[in-house]
Amino acid sequence: MLRYTVRRLLGAIPTLLILIALAFFMIRAAPGGPFDAERALLPEIEQNLRAVYHLDEPLYLQFLRYLGGLLQGDFGPSFQYRDFTVTELIMAGFPVSLRIGGLAMLLALAVGVTVGSIAALRQNTRIDYSVMSVSMTGISIPNFVMAPMLVLVFAVYLGWLPAGGLGDGSFANLVLPVISLALPQIAYISRLTRGSMIEVLRSNFIRTARAQGLPERKILLRHALKPALLPVVSYLGPATAAVITGSVVIEQIFSIPGLGRFFVQGALNRDYTLVMGVVVFYGTLIVVFNLLVDLAYAWLDPKVKYA
Amino acid sequence: MSADLAETAVPESSSGRSLWVDAWRTLRRNRAAVVSAIVIAVMAVLVAIGPFLSPYAYDFTDWSNLSTGPNLATGHVFGTDTLGRDLFVRTLIGGRISLMVGIVATFVSLVIGISYGATAGYFGGRIDHIMMRIVDILYAMPFMFFVILLMVLFGRNIVLIFVAIGAINWLDMARIVRGQTLTLKHREFVEAAEAQGVATFAIIRRHIVPNLLGVVAVYVTLTIPQVILVESFLSFLGLGVQEPMTSWGALVKDGSEEMESAAWMLIFPAVFLATTLFCFNFVGDGLRDALDPKDRS
Amino acid sequence: MRTTVSLRLPVAMVIAVSLCACGGGDSEDGAEAQRRPIGGATGTELAEVQELHWGNGAEPQTLDPHTGSGVPGSNIQRDLYEGLVNEAPNGDLIPGAAESWQISDDGRTYTFALRRNARWSNGDPVTAEDFVYSLRRSLDPATLSRYTFILNPIVNAREIAAGERPIIDLGARSLDEFTLEIELESPTPYFLGLLTHSASFPIHRPSVEQYGEQHTRPGNMVSNGAFMLDQWVVQSNVQVVRNPYYWDDENTILDRVYFHNTEDQSGEIRRYRADEIDITYATIARRQLPWIRENIPDQLVIAPYLGTYYYSFNTLRPPFNDGPELRRALALAIDREIITDQVLTSGEIPTFGWVPPLSDYENQQMVEASWTQAEREAEAKRLYALAGYSEENPLVAEFLYNTQDDHRRIALAATAMWKQVLGAEVTLRNQEWKVFLDTRQARTETQVFRNAWIGDYNDAYTFAELYHSDSGLNNTGWGNDEYDRLLGLASAEADLAVRADYLQRAEAILLEEMPILPIYHYVTVRLVKPWVGGFSPNIMDHHRSKDYYILDH
Repeated sequence: MLRYTVRRLLGAIPTLLILIALAFFMIRAAPGGPFDAERALLPEIEQNLRAVYHLDEPLYLQFLRYLGGLLQGDFGPSFQYRDFTVTELIMAGFPVSLRIGGLAMLLALAVGVTVGSIAALRQNTRIDYSVMSVSMTGISIPNFVMAPMLVLVFAVYLGWLPAGGLGDGSFANLVLPVISLALPQIAYISRLTRGSMIEVLRSNFIRTARAQGLPERKILLRHALKPALLPVVSYLGPATAAVITGSVVIEQIFSIPGLGRFFVQGALNRDYTLVMGVVVFYGTLIVVFNLLVDLAYAWLDPKVKYA
Repeated sequence: MSADLAETAVPESSSGRSLWVDAWRTLRRNRAAVVSAIVIAVMAVLVAIGPFLSPYAYDFTDWSNLSTGPNLATGHVFGTDTLGRDLFVRTLIGGRISLMVGIVATFVSLVIGISYGATAGYFGGRIDHIMMRIVDILYAMPFMFFVILLMVLFGRNIVLIFVAIGAINWLDMARIVRGQTLTLKHREFVEAAEAQGVATFAIIRRHIVPNLLGVVAVYVTLTIPQVILVESFLSFLGLGVQEPMTSWGALVKDGSEEMESAAWMLIFPAVFLATTLFCFNFVGDGLRDALDPKDRS
Repeated sequence: MRTTVSLRLPVAMVIAVSLCACGGGDSEDGAEAQRRPIGGATGTELAEVQELHWGNGAEPQTLDPHTGSGVPGSNIQRDLYEGLVNEAPNGDLIPGAAESWQISDDGRTYTFALRRNARWSNGDPVTAEDFVYSLRRSLDPATLSRYTFILNPIVNAREIAAGERPIIDLGARSLDEFTLEIELESPTPYFLGLLTHSASFPIHRPSVEQYGEQHTRPGNMVSNGAFMLDQWVVQSNVQVVRNPYYWDDENTILDRVYFHNTEDQSGEIRRYRADEIDITYATIARRQLPWIRENIPDQLVIAPYLGTYYYSFNTLRPPFNDGPELRRALALAIDREIITDQVLTSGEIPTFGWVPPLSDYENQQMVEASWTQAEREAEAKRLYALAGYSEENPLVAEFLYNTQDDHRRIALAATAMWKQVLGAEVTLRNQEWKVFLDTRQARTETQVFRNAWIGDYNDAYTFAELYHSDSGLNNTGWGNDEYDRLLGLASAEADLAVRADYLQRAEAILLEEMPILPIYHYVTVRLVKPWVGGFSPNIMDHHRSKDYYILDH
């Protein structure tokens, strides 16, 4: 298992290299530059700026320079936020996104698996329809409608919770963003759980277990849950990586200082270093989480073994 | 990655019998699915011909009726938006776009994803390794970054939205299908087919793919609404469908800005959107039950 | 010789009122607080907690006043730093770090007497040498400032910014510790106004030299304004606190000021309604206006703003490169009142002129401005025909704008009017912002396109210079020798009335030739909580939190 993990991580290096190259040349291919603004720069100053950020060098040289910086853990300075380096911006934003995304994912997993399992056990009954209908609201009503509605009700009308901002990071500030972020995930997870649980419950080994007179709860928890979670686990890897790197919708609506907005702003502002930074960061997380998924597969499904 | 599968303990098998005849029979018995399918069909017809029933064009500005609520007298049965455009027509036109985006992009991702995933999973070994590595690379590319760049490079274009969304979504499909294929391929019915010398692609097509359909059906019902939502997310960022064309996502985004002062601008498109998504869901459930090979007696 | 003497009115009588009236005990009871009238029994009682929450739009790009660009950053810099000259809440110029100044008779030499009690936030005195250093740094090409042109009137500033002269050649020197002399290339009547721009703010040399690019961090920054930096959470808020060394600290009432990132405009209004924000950013979500007008109309403040929203023609390419007839036809066919009253609805000022209303400047308008819209449309048809277009041979053109909801709605209305009045077939095309900027600047594919200009300083010249044929910002390609000549005369002229006349004549030429099509002048649209004291709108939309206070509520 350890050898496998190490091999996978080493194997990820070329993956990441190709990813970095792709992203680097793609963002450079986009028209417009980081210093364009309503008031165009004086040519001399634009030249100075380009020289300072090495934008006047041939592209391949800039790429090598970027890779060199990455090897030393240096993501470079941000073009847009001139007082900060990209490393600082990511290190400031990630803990926030991780906290909100992590909580949302845990909430979604707990609620989603429970709802999905209940629905599967009561397949095609009114209970099934109603719990699934409720859980489906998360992906029937877009986030950017749901989140403002939650704010209107709980912050503006009732005044129970803050309408935005992270404040001092207290629980009250997290409630609405975490719920808004978790709602669609609950829907996805409960849907996947229900589907695979129904399949598992019909399989022969469960029938055998039932025939042996094992209590239903024991069958469910001991035998059915693990295999039923396989598709959920497949989904969970990349979804977690995506959620903990921030959601632009949630961050914008609640004005939360996470990573998510950097993806959009970085690209729109042509903040080359910032956008590369978050892309590399995201890419690395995805690689790690995919590895975790495969390891989890081995644990959940004894039939899959890694040599 | 080389994954060796131990002998399977699940002795279920699929036979070559007419899968689809049985499936149809099962599906018809599922009332929720049938009703939902009818609703979707009605919705499709409505968005296809509905706009012709209204006296207003989807881009016509009625200066005397800016931002007015539903009103039978003026013929704006759903009211108008801030530019005085008829919301009834725009909701239906938006539905055309949303349904088209949803179905086409899902179809694209389905075709690519299933063939790619099943192939990788079935062959395993080096082929699987390389194929999944490519998926890994594409996976590690943030979707938003990719879409924004496409929009910036090529301008806004509805075809591009299909391609972008479909081309990214297939990765999910490929992974899920591959995972399922890994657990399927050593079941007896596959091994039996191999022993009989059935051609590889015939095995994939006849034995692997049908057995994937349960998972795929669930996946599709998640993907169509997901794609429609992705389109609305692009609208949220201001990168969605090009005006004066619209989509449910764009309408809901517009309406959400004024949910307190002009509720009709949110409610009508949102109801259409949510209803459609729910119905796809129930149909998906029905399909899942019907196509699950293990369920047939 | 003109002399200004410092005379600052006490901000408010409210300071005198003691806090005891509001009673400490029951302030935790929210319901009780709600029932309390704003400002207490007298209407002037201060709240116990003196904290102000601004909605501040996008994330500031930097807090370095010399490299800064963008409104959100400048808003914060005005609280952190104090230039030689300040603005009163109504926009009038008042003494800042300088308590008085003298202007030589030829209008080219300014001598500033600095306040002897002005201090940096670490207690160091603010000296003339600090200003010399700061002005040089601001212009130094190595600083990479976007706004060097603000200081262009100073002797040698232009050459220094271009890297053609050493920075020590700048026409600014300290006569003694507290006397600063600035020499100008030519009389520049608006020069004092330029000194309210952040490019002329002083910064603290020892900390810049010690911390380099990190001198704007909390803990590192030393500033001379009424407030000093306390926290900066990127994408969330910037917090500044009272600077105890500030010379006028005893008249500063607020203890802490928050500048919240409010990129999401609807979110900003929700936070305002939840009492988390006291004053919104200058452009609130237009879509919320109907709700606001119905529910909180007295908290809505709309005021003129020094900016013009307009369309531009590319005069280098067909079809707009011939005479002014076609351009004028399109200009007259637009019913500006429909756009301001029905599309925008937030009190924008429809216009047929380029320069917004300013004091000491007689507003210019197209001749047809006083006509009725029907007359204008008739004239538009006549000019359209004169330019060689007709129903059978309509104008076919493309309108380019950057992707944004308001631009889209105005463009839809304008092209609909061109279609209805003239039969012109103008199609819409939008581009993402940065792409749009490139396309517009290149002048090779544009025909008619969206444009806007916000004045950098409170003078007509900030508008006039844009359409000088040498201007790097003139994206129409239009040029006129007489226009250029008048601008040259104006910048060398010391007599204000004569100078204004030159600029007015120049604008008249611009409006006759019509390379640009003015639509409306901007306004600021804000929500202000009733307990915010000291707020006053002004045309530059410059505000200083030290003029503010929070009433009991």
